[in-house]
This record gives sequence, structure tokens and C-alpha cells, in this order.
Amino acid sequence: MSYQPIRFYQTGTFTVGNRLLTDEQRSVQANMRRTNSLNSGHRACQGCGEALGARYAIDAAMEATNRQLVAANATGCLEVFSTPYPETSWQIPWIHSLFGNAAAVATGISAAMRVKGRHDVRVVAQGGDGGTTDIGFGCLSGMFERNDDVLYICYDNGGYMNTGVQRSSATPPGARTNTTMPVGDSTGERFGQGKNVPAIAIAHEIPYVATATVAELRDLEAKVRRSMEFRGARYIHILVPCPLGWGHASSDTIRMARLAKETGLFPVFEAEHGSVTQVSKIKHKLPVEDYLKPQQRFAHLFKDAGHPDIVERIQKLADRNIRRYRLLDDVERRA
Amino acid sequence: MKTKPFAITLDPGSSLANHTGSWRTVRPVYVDRLPPCNHVCPAGENIQGWLFHAESGRYEEAWRLLTEDNPLPAVMGRVCYHPCETACNRGQLDESVGINPIERFLGDEALRHGWKFAAPREKSGKRVLVVGAGPSGLSAAYHLARFGHSVTIREAGPVAGGMMRFGIPKYRLPREVLEAEIQRIVDLGVVLELNAKVTNVLEAKAAGRFDALFLAVGAHIAKRAYIPAGSAAKMLDAVAVLRSMDGEEKPLLGRRVVVYGGGNTAFDVARTAKRLGATESIIVYRRTREKMPAHESELEEALQEGVLVKWLSTIKQAGETSITVEKMTLDEKGNAQPTGELETLEADSVVLALGQDVDLSLLDGVPGLEIDDGVVTVDAAMMTGHAGVFAGGDMVPGERTVTVGVGHGKLAARNIDAWLRSLTWVHAESHELASFDKLNTWYYSDAPKSTQPVLDTIRRQSTFEEVVGSFDETTAQFEARRCLSCGNCFECDNCYGVCPDNAVIKLGPGQRYAFNYDYCKGCGLCVTECPCGAIRTVAEEI
Repeated sequence: MSYQPIRFYQTGTFTVGNRLLTDEQRSVQANMRRTNSLNSGHRACQGCGEALGARYAIDAAMEATNRQLVAANATGCLEVFSTPYPETSWQIPWIHSLFGNAAAVATGISAAMRVKGRHDVRVVAQGGDGGTTDIGFGCLSGMFERNDDVLYICYDNGGYMNTGVQRSSATPPGARTNTTMPVGDSTGERFGQGKNVPAIAIAHEIPYVATATVAELRDLEAKVRRSMEFRGARYIHILVPCPLGWGHASSDTIRMARLAKETGLFPVFEAEHGSVTQVSKIKHKLPVEDYLKPQQRFAHLFKDAGHPDIVERIQKLADRNIRRYRLLDDVERRA
Repeated sequence: MKTKPFAITLDPGSSLANHTGSWRTVRPVYVDRLPPCNHVCPAGENIQGWLFHAESGRYEEAWRLLTEDNPLPAVMGRVCYHPCETACNRGQLDESVGINPIERFLGDEALRHGWKFAAPREKSGKRVLVVGAGPSGLSAAYHLARFGHSVTIREAGPVAGGMMRFGIPKYRLPREVLEAEIQRIVDLGVVLELNAKVTNVLEAKAAGRFDALFLAVGAHIAKRAYIPAGSAAKMLDAVAVLRSMDGEEKPLLGRRVVVYGGGNTAFDVARTAKRLGATESIIVYRRTREKMPAHESELEEALQEGVLVKWLSTIKQAGETSITVEKMTLDEKGNAQPTGELETLEADSVVLALGQDVDLSLLDGVPGLEIDDGVVTVDAAMMTGHAGVFAGGDMVPGERTVTVGVGHGKLAARNIDAWLRSLTWVHAESHELASFDKLNTWYYSDAPKSTQPVLDTIRRQSTFEEVVGSFDETTAQFEARRCLSCGNCFECDNCYGVCPDNAVIKLGPGQRYAFNYDYCKGCGLCVTECPCGAIRTVAEEI
């Protein structure tokens, strides 16, 4: 386990803070003096999962590095909504790279710090799924292959959202985007080979790979903290629901992330040096419909006669994840 | 002037200049909703409030908040039928919170540490007479004394406690607990006069120069049922049997005891008979288990102790060593009808537990006072038809339990206090109910309900030791932490954490939070993710 759950039964370990815990047991987000890396006034949509995920991750990274952190940021929603010239929401040393080269820019910063003897300064590269799994993929793989001392964080909302919701290689099968409209025979994004970047990162056998969601803050923070205990290339893939592109209520962002995990569609795990070391078990297993139905991007799967075959195939993907990552306790699996 | 690098013309500014609050169409606001436990408590306790303190081990604070409403927590933690636990939202999640044993733990802690009630800051100079030292009278006296009034209690009996002493057996309420909690009320400066039966209310008021009266004489006269009985048949009434248990002479019931009735008192008598050595203790009740007025826990405990129940039966005739029982059947309206089928039961004595009437003789000649169906009519302020004379407890309409009595005492005291100051007491507007659908229960981890230790059955059949044991501190705290804090912020930091716009300001421990409406975009994430339903959205006026 990446962290030891503390059983304070009123709130469990699941809330952001808990007045019954000692200061060192509390989450970074519960702290009144958290960095607030991504400050108020940014132009992200209401209920933006990426803005939330970025603050969670970077605040945790700041805490873990004693506030000695530099971030390189790929083009994408996160960059566009946080830094419209001449304003910025970032309260950390931050640089905007191109869309495709955040990993390479971060590698350069890391090399410069090494030359200057600043071993205390740590480097983060961050981007959305477009800048990571599509456009920046070559630079990312190079960074992994060279084992550069960079933590790369991908905020995955499954598409190019700020340019008007186009598909990316992280768009899930069956989802509607403006480039995968369910018209004629089409049922949204096709079932392709997929591009599972966490698995690709594991295949590079880099020191640390993890997935997380904005629904489990403590797990996310623990993973950022753990990643900073390693030197070399590290990768964290965070699922960040997008009310605009997914078409769910802005108040349901965290719920969507929770459902993605509880249905098994988004496996949450940790891997070190090429092997999975820990998985976050499903608390109460739910059918994929519970996750799909509140999202407009899947509405065509349920409209009129719907496409039960597609839903069935999505359920099979979830079941495969559950088997592959052992997401259920053995007891539950038997039942 | 500092030279800037090529192509840079402006210093970076902060996005704080961009007030995203202007996007908002709805705004979140913090609310306190009414937890279901508080909502149903007949004594009006702030249960969620005192559990909050108990969770962090601040037991004295918890006890002080509890006793704002109820001066008898150690008693109540033993004898209350805890409707709060039935209403508890956690019951829909796994099992309700064990509120009653935590209350008992707090009451016992107070007695162990000798915590005292704070004396009133100033005296009002007004004098109030309380007639009857049962739960209702003691509760009223306590609250009136805390308001600064001089209170005298006149009790007809030789000791205080009323039905808590004469109706509830020792194995449910040890007498030293009762006495200690009564003494703590007396220590507030309440004058307690024993063996002082009030025979005429208005004379007593005038003679003592009292400004107001609170009547709480209870209901002590056993109801009768006509049963043809031989001259040698031994017939007793339940109240008398239970009362004599507190005296020197224990009642002689014999080896085979039949109790007639289906209320809590019937079960108390049957269980008492068992402890006095009866080999057979049988309850005869004319209707079914579903229809009995007794609390389910009383039935369970009685059955464990070997008490037998004959459902759908009435006593037709009583003789010296046996009785004749007639089987009943329920008609379509649910009323019991005789079947003519008879059965003989051996019985050395028959105890009638058919309910009690109020002794209303002290009210003769009080102008304006109304009596309806054997009980005194009171208005919403607990005042009778005679100005300045208030009444509560078993002698007014309502459920007859200790908790209801304590609640009447509190309500009456508040109204008496207002009346003495020529004011009208108005109940503060109740908050919206914190129903289960307002909660986000994902944030609460599973935790099984704690159970209280129970005395061995063999000792329950032969001694009057307390049947149900107490929680130790660890268990009490564990159980308190199972509280979901429905509708009331418990500072979990969720809103502070989940806001994508840093628009929640954390004000520090005990201070809760505030919204920064300059930046809040009104996404509603904080509302959805608040575990206890303490935030709601309201539409913005646009």
C-alpha cells in the first residue's frame, strides 16, 4: 500500500482533512498554508477536473520537494486557462513549452540544475492527454529511455477540450467528440488498439509509474510524494473529468472520477521498475452504465434503442482491467 | 529604469485580477440542517452536537451541551427507548449510532468526576412551585433554577424520582445513579420537600406566595378490569408491586405469576417476578406481538430471562390457584374478539398491568382548568386553562416515557420563564431536515455498531443487578465517531480541498469556512462532495 489508511470512523480516510488527525497525518490540501500552486482567477470552466488535479499534484510536489520545484507545461487547456498574457495563476517557477516538447524542456531544466549543482531543485513536466499521448509522445518516450530526472504528470481528460473537444488517442471507445460524431453507422470513438501510456511507461522500466484520479486525494498525494523519493524518469497519469467535453454536471466532476475507478474502467495502481507493486481496490463494484449514463458524450449509447452491444464491449474492457490488475478483493470476486 | 529582455513589455500579473465570480449563476452557502436524531428527541437534545465533542474525547464539553437540555443523562442513557437511534441516518448505511449507551457513558463520567451544573448568573426573585418529583418535575425544576428562579418541589412520596424509582426496576436503573443525578439538581439550590402531598393547588400557591406552578404528579392509579374472581384469588396491581420493590417488604407473588397487559410495565413486573423466585412468569396479552405497546427490547430481554407470553388471550376468571384464559382473534379492524375457546393456567397470583390513571383530586376547584379523558388539557406552552398553572409529564396527553416527561419539563420551564417576564416564548425556527439523500456517504468508512455487555442469564433470573453494562471509554469514543454529523459541518476540509478555484477560505480550527465569492464560479462541487450536507446552492439574482 502506498499509504496506511487511518481509521477515524466518522469520516474514514476519505475526506480531505480530519480534525481528529495530527497535523502530519493530514493531507497537503487540508493545510491552510498549502502552496495554491494554481491560484484563483484562472479561466478554467466551472468544475474543471484538470485545474483541481493540477493543484492537488503540484501542491503535493511542492510539499515533497521543500518548495524547490520547476514546472514545464505543454500547451493545452491547463496552459491556456492559467496564463493568458499578461496574467498567470501559477505561484511556482513555471515555463510554457511547445505542445509537443514539455518532456524535452523539462529534461533540459533538469540537466541545467545538475550542472549548477542544484540537486535540491526538482523538475516536473505536465500536460494534457493530447500533449502527452499524441503530440509529445516522442519526447516523452525519449525522456523515459534516457531516464532523465523528471516527473512527468499527464492530466487525462480524454480529448482536446479547449479547442472544441476533438478526439485524442486517450478518448475512450464509444465516446462522442466533435471528430467522432455518432452519425450514420458511427457509434462514437471506435474500438481501436488503444494507447495505454501508463503501460507503455512501465514497459520502459522507469523507476516509478502511477495512475490516480481526482476522486482520491490522499492516494494522489501519496503517489506524488512517493515519486519524489526516486531519481530518474517518473510518470503519473491522473484522470481529470471534463464537464465541457464529457457533458456532465459541473458538480459531478469528482463523482465521475470515482465512478471511473469503481467500475474498473480506470485502474488505479503503482509500478516500480517495470512491475506493478500496488493496486487500489474497488470499494463497491458498479456496472459501466453507472459511469456512462450521466455523460452526454455517451448519450447516443442509450438513446432510443441504444447500442447495448457497445455498452457490453465497454463492460468487457472494465472486466478485463479488473482481471488484469486484480481490482477486486478475492472475496468479492467469488461473490 | 530596468531594461527588460527583448520582446517582453509587461511584468507577469496575477490572475487574481480576474474575478471569475462574475460567471456564477448559483452560489453555494453554508447551512446547518437538522439531524434526524435531534429532530425526534422528545427531550430536544442536541445529540449531533454533543457527539461532536465526544468524538475528540472532550467529554465534559459533551456533557455540558447535553445537560443544556436534559439534566438526567445517566438515567436517560439507561431507560430511554432512544427514538434517535431509530431515526439515525446511519441506519440506512449500516447500523444506527449507539447514541443511548454514549449518553450513559457521559452521564456516568459526570458522576465519576463530580461535574456540577453552573449556577445561574442572576436571581429573578420569582418563586415557582413544582408539584411532583418525577422526571418532568425534576426537569422543570432544573431549567427554572438555571433561569434564576427560586424553585420548590413538593413530592407526596418519601423519596424523589417518581416513576423512575417506583416504576422502573433496579435491574434497569440502579438507584445510586438516580439519586446522584437528583442530588445534582438539588445542589443547584432547588428546595425538595418530601412527604409533602399537595391537596389543593391554589391554596398551596397562595400560601407559599408562588408566582407560577408546574404540576407533574404523574399517573399512579392502576386501571382496573372486571375479572370474576374467587375470594381466595390473589390479585395485585402492577404499580403497587413495582412500588413495594423499593420498600422493605417485598411483594409475595408466589411461584406461578400471571401478568395481565402488554405495556412496558407488564414486562417490568414479569421480569421482577422472575427475579423474586417465580418458576413461571407468564404475560397474558389480548392482542399480538405487533400490536403490543411495550418496546421490543423489553420483550427480547424478558424472553431471554424465561418470561413466557400468551398472545391473543384474556383472563376470563381467576381462582385461588388457577385462572381461566380465553383465546382471542383479531377482526378486520385489528380489534381483539373472543373466540369462546377456554384454557386453564395455574397461577398463584395475577398482576394487572393495564395502564394508569392520573389522581386529579388536587385540581378540584381550579377555575378554567380543563380535564379531558382523564388527563389535563394544556396549550402549546404547557399551560393549563388557569393562568400561571402549567402541567406536564404523564398527567397531560402524550406518550408516557421518562424522555417525554423530561421534554415536557424543559418546554414548560421555558414558557414559565417567559410568562414570569411577561413575554411569550417562541420556538426558534427549525432548520431543514438533514435527510439521508443530503449526505455523500462515500466519505464514511464502514464501522460496525458496538454492543453493550449483558449480564449472564442465570444472574438476571435471580438478582437485581443491572442487566445491560456500560461502554468503556474506547468503545464510547469509537461509537461516537460513527456519527455522520448529518447537516452540520464537522470541518473535514472537503470543500476547502475540492474547489478547483481556491474559492473556499479555511478560517481555522473551530471557525469553519467561508466562500470567496470573488472567485467562486458556482460549479457546485463543494455541495456534492460535502459528506454531511452542510452546503446548499441558492440561485443568484441576475
